[in-house]
Amino acid sequence: MQYAILCYHDEKVTCAWSKEQDDAVMEKLGAVQERLARSGKLGPVARLLPTTAATTLRKDRDPPLVVDGPFAETKEQLLGFYIVNCDSLEEVLDIARDLGRANPGGAYEIRPVGLFFDTPDAAS
Amino acid sequence: MTDTSWIGAVMTAARPKAMAALVRYFRDLDTAEEAYQEACLRALKSWPSNGPPRDAAAWLIMVARNAGIDSARRQRRMQPLPPEDVISDRSDMEAVAAERADGADYRDDILRLMFICCHRELPATQQIALALRIVSGLSVHQIARAFMVSDAAMEQRITRAKARIAKAEVPFETPSAVERAERVAAVAAMIYLVFNEGYTIDVAANGWRAELCEEAIRLARLLLNLFPVEPELMGLAALLLLQHARADARFDADGAAIPLDQQDRSRWNSKLIAEGLALMDKALRHRRPGPFQLQAAIAALHARAGRPEDTDWPQIALLYGALERMQPSPVIALNRAVAVSRTDGAEAALAIITPLAGALDGYFYFHGARGSFLKQLGRYHEAREAYNRAIALANTPAEARHIRQQLDSLTEAAAAPSSQQAARENDQRR
Repeated sequence: MQYAILCYHDEKVTCAWSKEQDDAVMEKLGAVQERLARSGKLGPVARLLPTTAATTLRKDRDPPLVVDGPFAETKEQLLGFYIVNCDSLEEVLDIARDLGRANPGGAYEIRPVGLFFDTPDAAS
Repeated sequence: MTDTSWIGAVMTAARPKAMAALVRYFRDLDTAEEAYQEACLRALKSWPSNGPPRDAAAWLIMVARNAGIDSARRQRRMQPLPPEDVISDRSDMEAVAAERADGADYRDDILRLMFICCHRELPATQQIALALRIVSGLSVHQIARAFMVSDAAMEQRITRAKARIAKAEVPFETPSAVERAERVAAVAAMIYLVFNEGYTIDVAANGWRAELCEEAIRLARLLLNLFPVEPELMGLAALLLLQHARADARFDADGAAIPLDQQDRSRWNSKLIAEGLALMDKALRHRRPGPFQLQAAIAALHARAGRPEDTDWPQIALLYGALERMQPSPVIALNRAVAVSRTDGAEAALAIITPLAGALDGYFYFHGARGSFLKQLGRYHEAREAYNRAIALANTPAEARHIRQQLDSLTEAAAAPSSQQAARENDQRR
C-alpha cells in the first residue's frame, strides 16, 4: 500500500530558520530518507516552495477563478510530502515518528494513496 | 526535547505579529519592546519544558501585555499616572480576543509596525536600522556589526530614530484603501533598502551583511503574505530572491567582485531562482507592471541564461527602457546603455551615456562603464582617463581592484598592434 505523508508546519517558522538551521534539518531528514530508500520503501519526496509562490484555481465556478496564494489560510501550511510503500499504518507512523524526530514542530497527515500514476518520464 | 534551537525560530516568526499588536496596545515603541522582551524571557523559561504553545504569537502578546501592565502599575507609585489613552482602552481594544483572530485583523497592525519604521522624516540608514531592530528583532550588536559601526553608535542611531517617531503622529486608525496602498509602497521601498544595504558590499570586509539580504527576503515574503495579490510585492520578492541567488558567485576568494558574465553559474542558488521565477510568472498574469517587476524581469533574464552568451540582451535593453519611462533616472539609463552595448555596440551605448556625464560625474559605475565602452571602440587614451576617474571614486577596495585589472588589460590591448581591429570584432561578436 502506498501512503502519502503530508508535511504541515508554520512556514513563518521554517522561513525564519537560518541557512545553517535549514541545512541541519535537511541533513537529519536526509539520513532518515536514505535509510528508507535503502529498504525500498521510499517513493517521491517533495519540498514545496513557500506559499507566497502558490496559485490556486477555484473550479467551483465556470470559468474557474485563478487566485494568488495557497488554497487555505491556515496557521500551518502544506510544505512538502513523501510517498512511502508500507504494509500497515503502524509502519507509516513509525516512519513519520522518525521524520518528526529529525524535524520537530508541525504535523504529518498520513493519507493512503488510492491510485498512483508514474509519469511517462519517470517510467521510461 | 533537549534541543532548544527551535525557540529562536519560533520567536523570530512570531515577533512581527506580536510587536505589531503590542505597539497598537501600548501606543509606544519602547513600552511595547520592553513588554515583549519580558515575554520572551518567560517563554525561554516555560517553552523548553512545556513545548511551544499552539499559537506562539498569541502567547507572547498575552504575556507581554500583562507584563507591561504590571510594570506600569509598579511605576504608578513612583510617578504620576500617564494619560488614560497611553494604555489604550479605545474601541480597537474592545475585543480582548482580537489577538486570537487571524489574517485581516493583523494585516494592518503588521503593516503599521513596518510603516512606522519608514517614516519619511527618517533618513534611509535610520529606517533600515529601526526596521531591523523593531520588526526583525535583531540585536543592536548584530545591526552595528552589519553597518560596521560601534554598538554605542548604533544604539544612538536607533534611539534618535525612535525619538523622532515619538514626536510624529503615528496613525492608529484603520487606514483607507489609498493610505494602505501608500504604506505598502513605502514599506516595500524600505525592504529594498535593507536588501541593498546587504547587497552592495565588500564581502571580504564584512560577511555579516548577507544576513541583511536574508532578512530582507523574509520581510518581503511577510509583506507578500499580507497582500498576496499585489504584483509589485511579487516583483519585490522575486527581485530579492533572484539577486540573492547569485550571492555565492559574486565574489572571489579575495573578496573581489566578479562581474555577472564571469560568474560561475553553477554556484547560483537554483532553489532561490526557482522561487523568483515562479513569483514573476504569477506577477505577469496581473498585467500591471511596476518598477520592482521590471527589475525582477531583468534579473530573471539573467537567471534563465545558462551561459553569459545566452543572455537575452535585446529584451533586457527593452525592459530598462520601460523602467526608464516609469522612473526616469540617469542610473537606469546607464544600465540600459550597458545592455545596448551588447546589442548595438559600444558606439550606441556611448551615445546614451554621454548626456549623463553631468548627473553621474561622481558615480563610480558611470566612469567604469564609460571606460569599457571607450576601450571597446579602441579609444584607449580616453578609456584610461575614465578608468582613472573610476578608481578615484571606488567605494570598496574590491571595486578599485577590478578597475585596476581593466587598466592592465588596457595596457596590453594598446600594446597589441591590431588591437583596435580585434576590439571591433569582439564587439560585433557580442
